[in-house]
Amino acid sequence: MRNHDTDTTFKASWKYSEAPESTSHVQIKKQYDLYIDGNFVKPVKGKYFDTINPSNDQKIARVAEATAEDVDIAVKAARKAFKSWSNLSGRERGKYVFRIARLFQERAREFAVIESLDGGKPIRESRDIDIPLAANHFFYYAGWADKLLYAFPNRNPKPIGVAGQIIPWNFPLLMAAWKLAPALATGNTVVLKPAETTPLTALKLAELIQQSGLPKGVVNIITGAGETGASIVNHPDVDKIAFTGSTAVGKYIQKATAGTHKKLTLELGGKGANIIFEDAAIDQAVEGIIDAIFFNQGHVCCAGSRLFVQESVADLVIRKLKHRMESLIIGDPLDKNTDIGAINSKKQLETIQNYIAIGLKEGAEIYQPKCELPKKGNWLAPTLFLNVSQSHKIVQEEIFGPVLAIQTFRTIDEVIEKANNTPYGLSAGVWTQKGSRIFHLTQNLNAGVVWANTFNKFDPTSPFGGYKESGFGREGGLHGLKPYLKFE
Amino acid sequence: MNRLDIQKTYKLYIGGKFPRTESGRYYPINNRKGNLIANVCLATRKDFRNAVVAARKAQSSWAKMSALNKGQILYRIAEMLEGRKEQFIAELIVQGETTKNARAEVSTSIDRLVYYAGWSDKYQQIFSAVNPVASPHFNFSNPEPVGVVSMIAPEKQGLLGLVSVMAPAIVGGNATIILASETKPLSAISFAEVLNSSDVPGGVVNILTGKKEELISHMASHMDVNAIVYCGNDEKHIKMISELASTNVKRTIFYRRNDWTHVECESPYFIEKLQEIKTTWHPVLV
Amino acid sequence: MLPDLNNLPVYDQTGVNERIQRFCSRSIKTSSKTAGLKLAISMIDLTTLEGKDTKGKVRQLCYKAMHPHDSIKDLPTVAAICVYPSYVSTAKKALQGSDIKVASVSTAFPSGQSSLEAKLTETKFAVEQGADEIDMVISRGQFLAGNYQYVFDEIASVKEACGQAHLKVILETGELDTLDNVRKASEIAMFAGADFIKTSTGKIQPAATMQVTYVMLDAIQDFYLRTGKMIGIKPAGGISTAKIALQYLVILNEVLGEKWMNKNYFRFGASSLVNDILMQLVKTETGMYQSPIYFSKD
Repeated sequence: MRNHDTDTTFKASWKYSEAPESTSHVQIKKQYDLYIDGNFVKPVKGKYFDTINPSNDQKIARVAEATAEDVDIAVKAARKAFKSWSNLSGRERGKYVFRIARLFQERAREFAVIESLDGGKPIRESRDIDIPLAANHFFYYAGWADKLLYAFPNRNPKPIGVAGQIIPWNFPLLMAAWKLAPALATGNTVVLKPAETTPLTALKLAELIQQSGLPKGVVNIITGAGETGASIVNHPDVDKIAFTGSTAVGKYIQKATAGTHKKLTLELGGKGANIIFEDAAIDQAVEGIIDAIFFNQGHVCCAGSRLFVQESVADLVIRKLKHRMESLIIGDPLDKNTDIGAINSKKQLETIQNYIAIGLKEGAEIYQPKCELPKKGNWLAPTLFLNVSQSHKIVQEEIFGPVLAIQTFRTIDEVIEKANNTPYGLSAGVWTQKGSRIFHLTQNLNAGVVWANTFNKFDPTSPFGGYKESGFGREGGLHGLKPYLKFE
Repeated sequence: MNRLDIQKTYKLYIGGKFPRTESGRYYPINNRKGNLIANVCLATRKDFRNAVVAARKAQSSWAKMSALNKGQILYRIAEMLEGRKEQFIAELIVQGETTKNARAEVSTSIDRLVYYAGWSDKYQQIFSAVNPVASPHFNFSNPEPVGVVSMIAPEKQGLLGLVSVMAPAIVGGNATIILASETKPLSAISFAEVLNSSDVPGGVVNILTGKKEELISHMASHMDVNAIVYCGNDEKHIKMISELASTNVKRTIFYRRNDWTHVECESPYFIEKLQEIKTTWHPVLV
Repeated sequence: MLPDLNNLPVYDQTGVNERIQRFCSRSIKTSSKTAGLKLAISMIDLTTLEGKDTKGKVRQLCYKAMHPHDSIKDLPTVAAICVYPSYVSTAKKALQGSDIKVASVSTAFPSGQSSLEAKLTETKFAVEQGADEIDMVISRGQFLAGNYQYVFDEIASVKEACGQAHLKVILETGELDTLDNVRKASEIAMFAGADFIKTSTGKIQPAATMQVTYVMLDAIQDFYLRTGKMIGIKPAGGISTAKIALQYLVILNEVLGEKWMNKNYFRFGASSLVNDILMQLVKTETGMYQSPIYFSKD
């Protein structure tokens, strides 16, 4: 499969070392309880579940499973805390959030290691992207707390109340930061639930919040699976639901909150189009394709999972892409050299494998670089599907894994039509050196984020969120404040 | 000798045309004394479906029209309405308004159109941002229309209510399908004539008359509608709309107020509610 | 023939920087590191290009080239000595019996501001003196003025004057302004007959950077895919530590692969790099951090 005979000898003779990040400075308890009203408390029903390291199937810790009873206690704590927290001056609130940001930075490496242990993502990403971005997110919103009147002049912005926040497993801590930072800065109190496969960093965050001296009950972090999430969504005294996750669950939540007073923001799935024109900086475009679909094993709602290459450069791009894939290193998430880590869970691995089987059955041509995958744990080689068409299931549905569907196009209208021909509308990428083409595309692509000559970039100041079935509301930037405020 | 009045046939307004409902059904509108004023179309889900097709077809070119142009078209609507002021006042009176209220409603409607005409090239500047990202990229966010919007117009003010929800929607580049006030639908159809004579491209505003009970569920569930605006305070309706909207993650906007006279009933935030925010990134190093 | 320069790949510095950052974060196995450092030594064009150069200095450098550090076993010699034309014969004599090449800069190095005739004469002189390799500079002024044909023709003429000697073409990327220009110049040089393309004279800042090297590697790969011909690359100037040298090898490895991982296709133009690599090798062997006073400076 390896076209470049040279690469094999290189890999045999000149190896990168195993450079595992040290775990000696990391403290993980054997068991984690629920963080409610400023204390770690046992779940009412006394149930716990294991959290597993997806790269070797080993159990890392036992984590409490919150039931409706625990959710109720947490919501009550948040409700009780809301009055004084929302009456605290913006200046003081902001200082708490700043303090959390700083504590975060101090312990950044520890959080990075745990994130990679629990979720399987490469340490290079958790260390260089997830954790710094999370800390910066707290920094950014901390500064807004006493400036809301300038963000919304003459509108008398007020916090909504108790926010129920449900976050996914792909960027556990970063998503926690995206949810918590604006909610706290605007004076809301929170009940947050991390995903059941990746609860650890949120629980470490609870420890950090406890250390920060944040008033009791302002942030409550409870763990559990879908049922726990449903209890939050359905709790009558929750005023706001912020959810990031699959479109299916998002629809369920929208339906479940129908007819209630709850305000809702949804950040859901995507099937991002990544479009390469013939005049693109091909090499950066190839790198962009890699970033778009293999970043975080493709467990990214805004992944560029549909690639559109202009016909005149398709062969070149695909050849370069395959060549580039040869040098991707797949393996131990804690190894600093690792480019692609473990698939987050057995279940997700099965989902992806199922899509690959569908792709093959539909007659698409598959390409996977030869790579040795570890025996234990959840692993999948980066995968391309060539010669696919719009009607293929692997083109239409979100796979949420390192699987790229490649199509070619001839004209600009054709590619815009194809790119928009999806119920999703989260992200898109455009690669061209022609300015007018960039603006034409950004104006015509139905997506909340358009990356031109780059992909998968994030920043606390930059609003993020979807069109159509990718959800509504924005996170990040000034726009990210709105979902946590009501106006008179 | 008394001359016999020519009575108007009130039809639907779909895609810039005035068709009768495909079903041939109608419902009567009577004056206070119980005398028939007009027979009004009882639009069906098929009429609604046709209107969505017309709206979808019109939306992107409407959105692409320059902000200046859209503003001028909205202003043109105001001009046309001003010219036919007396007709609208009379029509409101026939439907039961006092003379004073009818005059006020028409004037406010005209002013509201002018108000939103002025926003056409300004709201973008209010809701956009250049975001100072930490990496070497230029990054900006700007509003874009949500797309096709179905609207259930306010019940009480047949003209002002409709104008108040329609204007911010279309000035923001959306195309709409509006279900007129069930009890006071006449101004809505007369207003369609104003629209039709004021350069609003066909399909940008589609107006139906009919029963909420029959149409709301389709307006909320149609998969090619991006957002739904419901004016009213029937909590059953609100719940049903929210539930059905979830089938395609439709944006839902509920306005519970009855009276759309006050100045708080106009603001750029009515425009903002039917906008998406798009963020664009580009590297800055050469 | 001058290639079509209108449809060349273009580069975006933000993207290239990101890629370089990823290369630089690779961690290399200790055993590979030792092999890599030795490989790096074997790729060095040990260089002295100064007005104050003397025969004695050149002879000392040649000795160093053949015996980088006698206490380390299995140490290769460097690839070549790089000098001005007037010291080619001295170097050639001093290196007799070794397979170390003598490279001579030429064509009015470093500015290139002379007549073509003078450049050809200088090149022929260097070759007659025994130079195995010629490091020429391109006429940056002509390039920036858009006279690509001139640049192309000049390289082609020098190539002809080289005869059997290998031609390395210095683009002097520090004067070319953009990565796109680096790509363009690489393309001109390769099509005009360069055996190697080289980043810098070392006289202009910035000299070699990983960014321009990356762009040149990319050009080489495309040229190889199109013509089947392998062109070598020589980053030169400012590469002074073992760590940076290894990072260059990582880039080479991941972009072009192992076929290019030898002195026939890759050179470092450097002077102080050797000692830093030696210190690193001794440190690896002994586990103790080293001091420069134990390593000969020639």
